[in-house]
Amino acid sequence: MAKFFNSKSKQLEGDIDGYLDRVTKAGLIFQEGVKAYLNGKMDKFERNFKDITALESDADNVRRDIKHKLYTFMLIPESRGDVLGLLETLDDIVDICEKVLEQFSIETPEIPEFLKSDFLELSELSCKTVEEVVKAARAFFREIGMVSDYVNKVHFYEHEADDVEEHLKRSAFNSDEIKRFSHKVHMRYFAEKIAAVSDVAESVAERLSVYAIKRRI
Amino acid sequence: MLTILFFLSSGLFLGWSLGANNAANIFGTAVVTKMIKFNTAALICSVFIIIGAVVSGAGASHTLGELGAVNELAGAFIVALAAAITVMWMTKTGLPVPTSQAIVGAIIGWNFFSKTPTNINSLYKIVGTWIFSPILSAVFAFLLFHLIKKIVENSKIHLMSLDSYTRIGLLLVGAFGSYSLGANNIGNVMGVFINSSPFKDITFAGLFQLSSIQQLFLVGGIAIAFGVFTYSKKVMMTVGSRIFKLSPVTALVVVLASSITLFLFASQGLYDFLTSHHLPAFPLVPVSSSQAVVGSIMGISLAKGGRNINYKKLSQISMGWIVTPVASAILAYVALFFMQNVFMQNVFK
Repeated sequence: MAKFFNSKSKQLEGDIDGYLDRVTKAGLIFQEGVKAYLNGKMDKFERNFKDITALESDADNVRRDIKHKLYTFMLIPESRGDVLGLLETLDDIVDICEKVLEQFSIETPEIPEFLKSDFLELSELSCKTVEEVVKAARAFFREIGMVSDYVNKVHFYEHEADDVEEHLKRSAFNSDEIKRFSHKVHMRYFAEKIAAVSDVAESVAERLSVYAIKRRI
Repeated sequence: MLTILFFLSSGLFLGWSLGANNAANIFGTAVVTKMIKFNTAALICSVFIIIGAVVSGAGASHTLGELGAVNELAGAFIVALAAAITVMWMTKTGLPVPTSQAIVGAIIGWNFFSKTPTNINSLYKIVGTWIFSPILSAVFAFLLFHLIKKIVENSKIHLMSLDSYTRIGLLLVGAFGSYSLGANNIGNVMGVFINSSPFKDITFAGLFQLSSIQQLFLVGGIAIAFGVFTYSKKVMMTVGSRIFKLSPVTALVVVLASSITLFLFASQGLYDFLTSHHLPAFPLVPVSSSQAVVGSIMGISLAKGGRNINYKKLSQISMGWIVTPVASAILAYVALFFMQNVFMQNVFK
């Protein structure tokens, strides 16, 4: 009986770890994609976009599989809802990473040289929030006491990202280099889109800190 | 045979209500949180209650026998009936159901009626144990809680594995708890019938002997098991989820702590071991599993820093120590009077 329970839960542990790996990878591909776009390496950018689209549908399948197993094998009935809620919100991160690269691919925004460093920094900070929130999620499964450490880091990077976003928008609207108003608005739109990744990561972190309190023995 | 069954029926009814009420203490949280299916829980619970009753039930029953040796079947019938009615009435008022207290009161009622002197030493031993058992449970729960918390926090077990270990733990502890319950509480159900037992010793192919008392306990154990299967689910769903809103890991600690307490007050082996080494031994006395559980929950509250101590529950327990035996004694006395003078049955020798 012990073996029966264990093999099922071990399998699920592997699935969950695999899913979390995919979320981290989505953040990294997102960052690489934005970098490639800013550097004008369009081939590489399109490759990144293709990769993240494939990753997104793959992550969806893994998540559905986990959900199915959690219910059919009656695993962790107590915190099953929390685990599913966590996976669903983590999925939002993967979705938004894909969506942003898709917008870049469709709208091909024209980014002036003086805004590139801000865009790059913003995408790096967003990627960092994703990395830290995945660490927090891993801690939720294995080492509940560590969750708040990672959640704090998510809050920190998200705050930094907000600052950079604001700076970017101010630079865009105050600049004489960008002539058209519509162009300024376009810059603002992309700044907000990239920063939205860190916002989603932060909302996952909020959820995690509540779950962690609930699971405290 | 029909007469025997008729007179045993009050004991069997008491057993049924014991099973219906006490299985929730052992498997309530596990079933309510869906960690264990009800049928699995009921099966394990029944099997181990019967094993506990037959193998290790004699010790605690013997103490009840010392208190008052009910020596006529009709008298035993009334004593068990008075206890059963008291338990039913207490359940209706929403108090934790102390079968042990009810039966002790009923025996004392019989002692008064038959003018048998009550063994004061036994009475002290029993009442002392009642007060001591929730405290002991609280101490065990306090220690176990800290131990398990340390283990869980330091071992970095994955949530999934922790879940499956908890599930296995709940099954094992549940089996142990059922065994202890059977061993400790069968005396409440069948103890009063020992001196008037209608059964004869049976030997199976010269290998294995079932004494008349063990047969009595087997029948009582089956009655408890019947209570578990027919009515305990309802108790688990209503009472279980309201009083014991615990996480599965905490439930594990509560059940383990209470089971150890019940076991200590029922294990003849441990008693003999301790006395043979001139150590103070735990008296073999039927205690209330509900009160042990409340004690365990208090212990955990203390371990968590003393929040949520439910003083109302505490006062209810002490009420149970006094009200239950008194009510049961009066009821037994009155019923014995009717049995003797209206139905013309001998209720004592």
